Parts: sequence; structure tokens; C-alpha cells
Amino acid sequence: MKYMMMMSFKAGKESMAKGIMTWPKHDAQAHIAFMIGFNKELKASGEFVAAEGLAWPDQAKLVRAGKDGTPITDGVFPESKEFLIGYWIIDVESPERAYEVAARASAAPGPGGAPLNMPIEVRQIMGGPPEEYQ
Amino acid sequence: MTPPDFERVLRELTPQVLGALVRRYRDFAAAEDALQEALLAAATQWPQDGVPDHPRAWLTQVASRCMTDQIRSNVARRRRETEVAMESGYLIPPQDPEADDGGDDSLILIYMCCHPALTTSSAIALTLRAVGGLTTAEIARAFLVPEATMAQRISRAKQTIKASCVPFRLPLPQERERSLRAVLHVLYLIFNEGYTASAGDHLQRTDLANEAIRLTRAVHARLPGHAEVAGLLALMLLTDARRFARTGTNGEVIPLDKQDRTLWDRQQIAEGVALISAALPKGSVGPYQLQAAIAAVHDEAARAGDTDWPQILALYDLLRHMSDNPMVTLNQAIAAAMVHGATKGLELLDAVKADPLLANHHRLDAVRAHLLELAGDRNGAVLYYRAAAGKTGSLPERNYLLTQAARLSSESDSANEQE
Repeated sequence: MKYMMMMSFKAGKESMAKGIMTWPKHDAQAHIAFMIGFNKELKASGEFVAAEGLAWPDQAKLVRAGKDGTPITDGVFPESKEFLIGYWIIDVESPERAYEVAARASAAPGPGGAPLNMPIEVRQIMGGPPEEYQ
Repeated sequence: MTPPDFERVLRELTPQVLGALVRRYRDFAAAEDALQEALLAAATQWPQDGVPDHPRAWLTQVASRCMTDQIRSNVARRRRETEVAMESGYLIPPQDPEADDGGDDSLILIYMCCHPALTTSSAIALTLRAVGGLTTAEIARAFLVPEATMAQRISRAKQTIKASCVPFRLPLPQERERSLRAVLHVLYLIFNEGYTASAGDHLQRTDLANEAIRLTRAVHARLPGHAEVAGLLALMLLTDARRFARTGTNGEVIPLDKQDRTLWDRQQIAEGVALISAALPKGSVGPYQLQAAIAAVHDEAARAGDTDWPQILALYDLLRHMSDNPMVTLNQAIAAAMVHGATKGLELLDAVKADPLLANHHRLDAVRAHLLELAGDRNGAVLYYRAAAGKTGSLPERNYLLTQAARLSSESDSANEQE
């Protein structure tokens, strides 16, 4: 079963992403090393499908089609929303295993090496047709 | 021999030779490397010199030579490291009491690949690789994961087998039924994966179903008297026969009663029916045979209206006694509704709705919606179709359920307007 694990942050005072820039060098490095190691673990266990980080929302645009179909872009307002900052796709035996993996990501180290325990949203990826329908 | 024949011969021989090597040398990974060497040699020599009279013996010999070389160099290395290397037990292949029977070797190999120490995804991957002869890249594509991930899964599976010290022999008589059940389950899952793999190229998914049928045929050829093996093969053939009718041009689900039955593969149906008809009278009826028999009853009806529902209901009653899987009850409820009316079916659903395996399952809601529609309760049906759509993990199924809900709610709108 494939799952997407999404890591988001709420911009503002508690912003993780803004926060990491203000962490002591040692803590930031430990966090980055953890994430690299975490991806390696998923590859070694044969569960890794994909993982990407997204650029921070400063330059993000909201796009809508205008009347003639041309794009109308608008800036986003990082203060008011939650933003996706990265995701993993894993292929695991059970939902329980997906939650276990997500909990590992959640406990990535923050300032002083303490676990961040940040929320990770876990969503099942839709599959193909069912085996039989009568 | 033309190139496709050549390829087919090699694929059939691969598990037999691999099995023989693992039996002799007890090292899965090394045996596979040696076999790769032998296959490479065959690919360069056979087109020039012609296929040898005994291609299996040829491959086994070349691969054995590679293994012996490898063992020698290992031994030399170990001797340098320690004087007691000779006692490692690795040097002397055990005496082989059995005749060199390639068929038994591939059977042992499949027992090994479906070993209970492995997770199901590992067993599936290893079976396709070692017995099916698919490349890691092909398996990775079929399951839509990166090749490196699949390679890792296969290599971990081999390590698990090595660590659990599974002896390379046919399971003892008292273990055999259980081992065979594990093998059949893995084959069944490979077959299902052909249908349920997420998105991807339709052709690749079909290939997995074909691969499962090919492997089950091979097991059936080794154990022709085993009724459940025949039952599984029949089930696969009878289900796969509807392949081209079960989805529309955009991949949308077409339920059994709406399928264009002229698209069903008559030849495959005939083969499946013959297999199950021969297996059932043997007296050791099991779940695969019953499911195959149900599929056969469906396949034999020229029109949905001709379906022999009383017989299907009787078969589901038997299956229900044999398996504690509550999913069976859902299908039984549909059959009961077709025979005794929707109320009877809904009663059966109420009896299992508290089952923890079903409580939050979309199929319970989907079947209830279907039965409510049969009973004429449109609003109730719409409600449950929508509830089921919210719970399913299958995209085509969600589209189907939403379409059912939309159809019924627009019908009840226009009915209200007429009133």
C-alpha cells in the first residue's frame, strides 16, 4: 500500500522553517543529517518510492485562469496559512507501518536536539480497480 | 529456434537451474550470480553454435563451474584468513539423494520464495524474480516503485531466507499443506496485483496476471492431483477471461451485470470450467475451488439475467462455512438478495455489520447501497454509495460509486418533478 506523508508548517512565530534558520548551526546540521539518514533508512528497507522538499512559500504564486484562459497570478500570504514543505511516498505492508514511519519523521530533532514531534499528515494513495464488482 | 522461442526456453529453465544450484550449494545470492553468468554465456554462444541438446544441463554445468570458481576463490581468501576455513562446511556440496529433477527444483524454489519468514511484498518480489525470471526493473515497473527499492526488497528477502536457514528440500509431508497454502496465497496476490496495482500502464498490470497464471500452471503441472491448485488456476482463468469487459475505455469499472459478455474469452472459460469440473469431484473442496465454481457459474450465463443465482448462493453458503472472512458474507448477501429478495440480503448485512474487519469498510456500504437500490430505497442508496465513495482506496471504484450516487439522485430529482 502506498502512502503520502506530508510535512507542513504554519508560518508565523512557531514556524519550523523560519525557525530552522535561527537555530544554532549544530542543531540545524543535526536536523538535516537526520532527514538524510531517514531517507537512507527508507531506501534500505525497500519502502522508499519518492521524497521531495518544496521551496519555501515566499516566491509561491496562486494561479487562476482568466476569462480567456490566461494565467492570473497572485502572491500567497504565508502568515495566514499552512504550507506543504515536503513529502514522502512510501510503499509499506500496512497502515500501521506507515504511521510508524511517519512518527519517526515527526520526531526529527529540533533546537537542542529535542524531538520536534511535528504533525505529519498520512494519506493513502488511491489504487487501481477493485478485484471484482458484481 | 527463433528469438522469442529462445527467450521462452530460457525463462522456463531459469527457475529449474536456479533451484538445482541452490539445492547443491545452499547460497541463493551466489547461485543467482552464477546463473546470470550462464545465461550471458548462453545468449552469446547459442545463437552461433545452436541450442545444445540438453539446454538445462548445459546451463547448470556452466553455472556450477562459476560457483565452483567462486567457492575456490572464497576458500583461498578464507585460508589466508584462517586455517580452519576447510571446516566451514561450505566446500563440499551435500550428497544429493534425489534424482536431478528440474521440475522438483523449481517447486522447491517457489516454496522457498513464499516462506512465512518473509513479508508478503518480499515473497511476491522474490517469486517473480527467482521463479518467474522477471528482471528487477520489470518488477519495479509493475509495482510502480523505483528499481533501487525493488532491488533492496529482493536482496533483503534473500538475506532473510539465508538467516532463517530454510533447508532446500521439499517440505516434509506434515508441513506440505501449510507451505502450499502460502505459495497459492502469494500466486493469488500476484494475480490480484494485476488488477489492483495503482494506475500505471494497463499492459504491465495485465502482465502480472499472465505471470501469475503461468506460475500457477507450473505448480499445477507438478501437482496435477491437488484440487486446490487446480481450483486456483481455474479461478484465475475464469476471472481473467473477463479482462477486456470489466473496464471501459477510460478505465472505469463495469460491474458484472453490465459487461459486454461477447468480450469474454471463451477459450479461457472453457479451460477454467474443465479444470474446476475435474477438481470438484475429488472431494477435497477448498476455498479456491468454491470461488472458481462461482466464477464459472457467472461465466456460463450468456446474459446477466440467465445467471443461476440459487447455485451461486449455495456455493457462497459453503464458502462461508469454510472461511471466516466476512467479505464472503457481503457477496453472499448479494446472492441472497437475487434469490430471496433485497430484504433477505439486507438482513445478512445487518448480521455482520459489527464485525471489526467490516465496520469501517467501504464494501459494506457499497453492497448496502446496491441492495437498497434493489429494494427501491433511492435516497438510502444514494447515502450509502456516497459513504462508500468516501472510504474506498481505489480511484476507479470511487468514480464508479460517485456515478451511481449521481445517477440515482438525478433520477429521484426528475421523479419528484413529475409528481
